[in-house]
Parts: sequence; C-alpha cells; structure tokens
Amino acid sequence: MTRRTRLLAAALEVIVPLAALAVLWVWSANQSSYYYPPLSDVLSTFNDTWIFERFGSDVVPSLLRMAAGFSIAVVLGVAFGLVLGRSRRARIGATPIIEFLRAIPPPALLPFGILVIGVGNSMKVFIIAFVCVWPVLLNTIDGAAGVDPTLEDTTRVYGIGRRDSLLRVILPAAGPQIFAGVRTAVSLALILMVISEMVASTNGIGYFVLQAQRSFAIPEMWSGILLLGILGYLLNGAVVLVERRVLRWHRGARASALG
Amino acid sequence: MLQVDHLKKTYGAGDDAVEAIGDLFFEVGEKEFVCVVGPSGCGKTTLLKCMSGLLPPTAGEVRLRDERVDGPPEKMALVFQEYSRSLFPWMTVRQNVAFPLRRKRLPKAEAGELVEHAVRSVDLTRFLDRYPWELSGGMQQRVAIARALAYQPEILLMDEPFASVDAQTRADLEDLILEVRREYGVTVVFVTHDIDESVYLSDRIVVLRPSPTEVQEVLDVDLPEPRDQVETKELPEFASLRAYVYRSIKRKQGEAPAQREAASAAESTPA
Repeated sequence: MTRRTRLLAAALEVIVPLAALAVLWVWSANQSSYYYPPLSDVLSTFNDTWIFERFGSDVVPSLLRMAAGFSIAVVLGVAFGLVLGRSRRARIGATPIIEFLRAIPPPALLPFGILVIGVGNSMKVFIIAFVCVWPVLLNTIDGAAGVDPTLEDTTRVYGIGRRDSLLRVILPAAGPQIFAGVRTAVSLALILMVISEMVASTNGIGYFVLQAQRSFAIPEMWSGILLLGILGYLLNGAVVLVERRVLRWHRGARASALG
Repeated sequence: MLQVDHLKKTYGAGDDAVEAIGDLFFEVGEKEFVCVVGPSGCGKTTLLKCMSGLLPPTAGEVRLRDERVDGPPEKMALVFQEYSRSLFPWMTVRQNVAFPLRRKRLPKAEAGELVEHAVRSVDLTRFLDRYPWELSGGMQQRVAIARALAYQPEILLMDEPFASVDAQTRADLEDLILEVRREYGVTVVFVTHDIDESVYLSDRIVVLRPSPTEVQEVLDVDLPEPRDQVETKELPEFASLRAYVYRSIKRKQGEAPAQREAASAAESTPA
C-alpha cells in the first residue's frame, strides 16, 4: 500500500462509523417511539449510569467473572491441548468426548449449574469457562500436532529436553493457532457472561439490561447494550494487540516467506 | 569414527514395502570431510536420518566411535537443507544458536562465549539480535551452521545444505564450511546431489547408486589444500574427478568401473 491509500483507508475507518453515528443521531432525535429513545438520551443515560455510578457495582463484577472464566479456559485449553496434540492415542480417545461436550448448547447447562453450583459467581465462571475452553483446546491440539517436522527433527537432534521442547518449541509453534482460539473464546466469554447474568443474578451488566427492560427503563437498557458493544470491541482489540506483540515473529516470518 | 554397517531401511511392510536403502556400508575417518553423492531420490535423506538416529534402520547399524546409534548422539549436529524451517522463527539468532547448549548446562559466560565465537566464525556478529526471517537465505543457513558449531559436535552431518541458495552464495558457503571445519576440527558428512560441490569439498566421496540404494564406489579426493573456487576448479585433476564421478553415477549396476587414468585422459571432453 502506498502512503496515500493508507491514509485513505485510515480516514475511511474513522469517517464511516462517525457518519453512521450521525445518521443514527438525527434519525433517533425525531423518533417518537418509546422503544427507540433519541441517541442523545441514551448517551446521557450512559454517562449517568456507567461513568461511574454503577461501574463498581455492575461492570466490575461482570468483568471479573468474565476474566476468571476466560483465564481458566485458556489455561486448561492450552495445557490439555498441548498434551493431546502431542499424543495421537490420547487424541483419538479424547476426541469423541470433546466433540460431545462442546456440542451441548451452553445455555442448556444453566439449570444444571444453578442446581449443582448455586446461583453465585462460581456458576457463572463455570459456564463461561466451560464454553470458552473448546475453541482454545481444539486449536491448541491442532497447533501442537502440526509442528513442522523439520523443527521437530532439529529439536531431537540437539537433544532438547521434554520441558524445553514443550514450552520453547511446541508452545510457540502452536501460538498462531492458540491465538485464533483465544479470539473466539473472548467473544464467547462476553456472550456467556451476559447470558449467565440474566438468570439468577443480583448484579452485573447482563442483570442490569434485563432489569432495565423489565422496569421499562428503555434508555438504561440501551445504554447497557451500548456498553456491552463497547466492551466487546475493546476486548477484541486488546487480544489483537497482545497477539501482534506475542506473534510478531509469525507475521515477520510469513511476510518474508511470501516476499 | 563413524561406521555405516550394512544399513538397510524399508518403509512400510508386505507388498507395499519400499526399500529406501538396500545395503550400505562405508566408514568415515576422524576429521575427514566425506561427501555422499547420488542422484535425487536415492535415499540420501533417509540415510542421514538413520545416521543421526532420527530414524531406526530396518537392519544393520550405524556406529559412532564404536557405539551403536539408536537416538541422536550428543556428539553429533545436523544441518538441514530447509534452513527456514529448521531455525526457530520466534528466537533471535543468538537464542537460536544458544538453544541447543541448554542441554550441556554450561556456565552462562561459557555458553555466551561459544555462541559469540560460532556466530563470529560465520561472520554474522552484527545480526546476533535479529530474527532469522529478517536475514537472507544464505545468512539463515549460516545461522544454522553457527548453531551446529556452537554445539561443539565431533561430527557434523549436512543434508544438501546449500541446495536452496543462489550460486554465488553457495560458493561462499562452501568456502565457509571448509574454513570452519578447519577451525573447529570437526568431522563432516556432507550429502549432496551436486558433483562439483562434492569434488570441491571432500577428502573422500561416497558415490551412491539409486533404488535400492547401495554404495557404487568410494573415491579419494587428493586435490591440494586449501581449496579455492577458481584455482582448484581449474586443475585438470578436478575436471577428471568430476567427470569420473559423473560417469560413476550414470553407470549401471554390475558394469566395470572405468580406470581412473582413462578418466583423466578423457578430461578434455567433459561428460
């Protein structure tokens, strides 16, 4: 890309969303519908509610649950993924179980979770972790099983120990796939956070959105939805930033292989 | 120091079995530079994998200093053809070269010295903290060579290491490997399909015959040292050896080898 086309692309990236926002503003300003309050109302409610009135009481608990569930999923997914990726037999044995468990629609687990674990944080963390673990696990298995044979031979010839070969060769080699799984897991974590908070909860963003709807506080409801959208956007951006940093070598290596 | 003793390797079993290596026998002496040359697809890579302990042979054995090789020996290093796939792309040059040394549990300063010395030998000191993919192909292969040298092997196996670089780089790398071999006093087994390269580099050439792979013949190369890309290749002995190896590879099984003298006489009409 030349400098000019890059500038144009950057400008488009800013201008188009702003234009969409302006259109929405004008359109909603003239709305008399109760369900579509003017954007200005939603934004001022957003300001009153989230900055920072309910931040500590709803946003922080939500984020903590999500972070806990997501972290557990990543740690377990990567750990088991490395083991299964390196052992064909374990993989063959585990695949049917994995395929079955991940096929269960997550909300179907809510009644079970409430019954067995209760309505507290643990249940929500469990649900989030249970759902997020599969993309990480499956991608890690793929990555760990597909390490370049020449790299594996190199590792063997130089007598690299098991620990080093797992942590310094197989783990980074599987990095690109692991991050693909992590990106999927982040979106799932947000979804499951909201769902789990809509059932048997006393706080959280999902709880707030449902309560607002039930008490016909429509601008509040919209402000919660807006917050979730912003959170999703920021979380995804954060993962992309981390990925760019951790996998800088991957982008570089790919670029040099292509050109 | 290294014996390949009636080595056989068959892939698969029963009717589908493919005999990659028929019955190989040759020896490599202490500090010798031996080239194994043969046509493409004659099981050279399989041979190297058996020699390095990466593949178990079907029959026969490889012995390093009278010890049977049944896994990668600690005293052996291997340089692959595909440099871009044998270097770790997430490690810098320094980390790549230092990585195998972890096995040796050396004091940090000593390991650092080995790494820097090896990288200096291949003239890449300026690039110590670069990543392999930031370097050209020839430089990447030099990193792989530095990694092998820092490991301080007694024997260095090389699998067509210069087959994927351009001609000029290749000539430079050939001279480099002769130089570091002298400096480090290491025994080298160098697999190639390039006849010129095998004659230029080696003390001895093992000519292979394809499917099932067997040793066609073993030739001593008595060209003067040090070798030089221009002067050595101008020598009539170089041309005659080259022609001789060429005919040897082309010769069918069972045919009588041409006389070396006859080959010398025919040097003016290269094959």
